[in-house]
Amino acid sequence: MAKVIVVTSGKGGVGKTTTTAALGAALAQGGQKVCVVDFDVGLRNLDLVLGAERRVVYDLINVIQGAAKLSQALIRDKRIETLSLLPASQTRDKDALSEEGIARVIAELRKLFDWVICDSPAGIERGAILAMRHADAAIIVTNPEVSSVRDSDRIIGMLDAKTVKAERGERMDKCLLIARYDPARAARGEMLNIEDILEILSIPLLGIIPESDEVLRASNLGTPVTLSNASSIAARAYCDAARRLNGEDVEMAIPSDRKGLLVKLFGRRAA
Amino acid sequence: MTLFKFAKRRGSAPMARERLQILLEYERCLTNQSDLVTVLREEIIALVDRYVTVDRDKVQVRVDRGEAVSTLAVDIEIPNATPVSVAPRT
Repeated sequence: MAKVIVVTSGKGGVGKTTTTAALGAALAQGGQKVCVVDFDVGLRNLDLVLGAERRVVYDLINVIQGAAKLSQALIRDKRIETLSLLPASQTRDKDALSEEGIARVIAELRKLFDWVICDSPAGIERGAILAMRHADAAIIVTNPEVSSVRDSDRIIGMLDAKTVKAERGERMDKCLLIARYDPARAARGEMLNIEDILEILSIPLLGIIPESDEVLRASNLGTPVTLSNASSIAARAYCDAARRLNGEDVEMAIPSDRKGLLVKLFGRRAA
Repeated sequence: MTLFKFAKRRGSAPMARERLQILLEYERCLTNQSDLVTVLREEIIALVDRYVTVDRDKVQVRVDRGEAVSTLAVDIEIPNATPVSVAPRT
């Protein structure tokens, strides 16, 4: 039975899609069956980041409305055979997503995969709520910047109120992924540091992705960053985060460009 | 002056942290309060509706936050035609 994860943030442009692709690829590279689902109906991009934009025939809305079978809409990655993509529709809007339809598709995906990773649209509207609705756990992507942290706080509140798990009175698992982090600027007091962000949002840390040129290069190529340059600092940070998702105890360190040297921030471990 | 400016420029993160802490404390309060109003409104409607017929749109529940105390204002309009009895309606 799969674990369903939502990658969310409230604010746009913080790295949700990059994170979905990278974590999905990292987990699949380890041999687990992973499906990444694009919930950004009308503004799909996960297909582009994964280099599958020309292979989309059917999409999530087609499956929800019964126009296509799930197996017809799933796109198998050409590089990692255990990775699949369920693309969003580009021509429809979020009103085409139905609560029952999503529930049915997620239930079906649970049977087929080990991990279902839902890439949420930005905002706190219908699309974002439906993306988080059936998740077992949430990854909140935050940049070390005031508006991103504020929006993350808002999304954390929604995860505790609007998800099926929350409505059943269960605790919604949430963890934080800090992206575009610059350890040098944080050390100089120019950027919120990890401890500041964790203290403000008070949820466990899944990983720290340092600012890296490789992220843009990977999206240019249409390859998840963990594949495009596995030794890059962003790829290593995403691989560590994926291992923590898997339940492994991986020391929280920020990969650095300096060869073989890890800049240890502090002894904090992921929950 | 230049030195002062330089020092100020370098340390903008503590400012970000402080602003966020103050803002989020206030915003979390607001969200909790709107939840409280929703819950109260539903329970008040359910209670009053046991005795008299109420129009849901004519029930207003409002919380005003003051410095020292906050006030809870409940305004329920009951049509005059409705017989008001002490016994619960069935």
